[in-house]
Amino acid sequence: MDLHPAQLIACRYCDLLQREIPLKPGCAASCSRCGAVLYRNATDSIDRTLAYTLTAAMLFVIANIFPILTIEIQGVSSQINLIGAVHALWDQQMQSISLLVFLTTIIIPSLELITMSYLLLSIKFGLTPAGYTFLLRIMRFVEPWGMIEVFMLGVLVSLVKLTSSFKVIPGGALWSFGALTLLLAAAAASFSARDVWARLDRTQDEEVAACQN
Amino acid sequence: MPELTMNASGQGLCSCHVCNLVSRRGHVAPAHCPRCGASLHFRKPGSVARCWALLIAAYILYIPANLLTMMETGSLFNYRKDTIVSGVIELWRTGSWVIAIIVFIASVTIPLLKLISLTLLLVSVQRRSKWHPRQRTRLYRLVEFVGRWSMLDIYVVTLLAAVVQLGNMAIVKAGPAALAFGAVVVLTMFASMQFDPRLIWDPLQKERNQ
Repeated sequence: MDLHPAQLIACRYCDLLQREIPLKPGCAASCSRCGAVLYRNATDSIDRTLAYTLTAAMLFVIANIFPILTIEIQGVSSQINLIGAVHALWDQQMQSISLLVFLTTIIIPSLELITMSYLLLSIKFGLTPAGYTFLLRIMRFVEPWGMIEVFMLGVLVSLVKLTSSFKVIPGGALWSFGALTLLLAAAAASFSARDVWARLDRTQDEEVAACQN
Repeated sequence: MPELTMNASGQGLCSCHVCNLVSRRGHVAPAHCPRCGASLHFRKPGSVARCWALLIAAYILYIPANLLTMMETGSLFNYRKDTIVSGVIELWRTGSWVIAIIVFIASVTIPLLKLISLTLLLVSVQRRSKWHPRQRTRLYRLVEFVGRWSMLDIYVVTLLAAVVQLGNMAIVKAGPAALAFGAVVVLTMFASMQFDPRLIWDPLQKERNQ
């Protein structure tokens, strides 16, 4: 057995060993035994993901500042933004729910956006980002807990529920959340962790070679 | 060239759960990925036991999540307490069918699907079943993918309880079921992360080796 482990890929779902093959742009390789996607050849993965991430980061700031919606009934009105909702739940003795919402819609998405921008910008400028192994590990761990798109659906459901009893005025953050959902989906679709690792491996090899010369 | 119809673990190879790099690993000392430094395991350690623990906790909390009040609504004219299911029925009754279906899928179907699927997967893995491994792997991927969407009701309750605070006119409060339901979602998400789908394929590999 003289296969070099680096040329091999093991399916995350069934552990079948397979050889990597070059793919045409936009194609995906799937496991021959269980059918899971092994890797994709995402076109311009790093550039595109960076563009989507930076736009998403700006929209995320807007989405957090402006009100999501305002309700009005007989001259009385009430307005809400994301952090206000988290705060209100905290005051209503629902601290754990408040914390869960705070983590999944504010902390983790901002952590993801900041880390991704930092990593991708560094790679773009040909630098090896400090602490990238640690950051990519963190990203892998928090990834399922960023739930902006679920929150967006929650906003829509609330909107429909509210219109039955109140006059509802959509706020600026509502549109930002909508656009943010699309951008995050686009970023996730164009991102390929495999490309990032490969690129960083290559940069490191070059640095080692430069030191030796 | 050897034929590649074998598990990585059977060859003493281990793929990193963070960066997916395949590397050689001994069977004794703890090992770390040469590329990213994450600890390497052939299979997630204690996968079945941890998954069961989280799943049983989720089953227990699923009962109060459905029986207790999710949301209290009060106004000048009426006052009502809604559980998850009565909330969906109310939406259906007032004519918001699309929303009723979305909420029903996210808060009733998905949590149930997750609990039942994970139980099925765990039992089949423990019995070293060889029954439809491809389908079971697909089921696991589905559970992994849809899990997060059950958070929907938590967000709806949060938003409504936060915005509908109009004193005597109208008021909405989150009920104790929100807490239990939130815990069910988080516990089942952790349970599905703990489960190792490669265990589904191990009994088949054993047979081939014999």
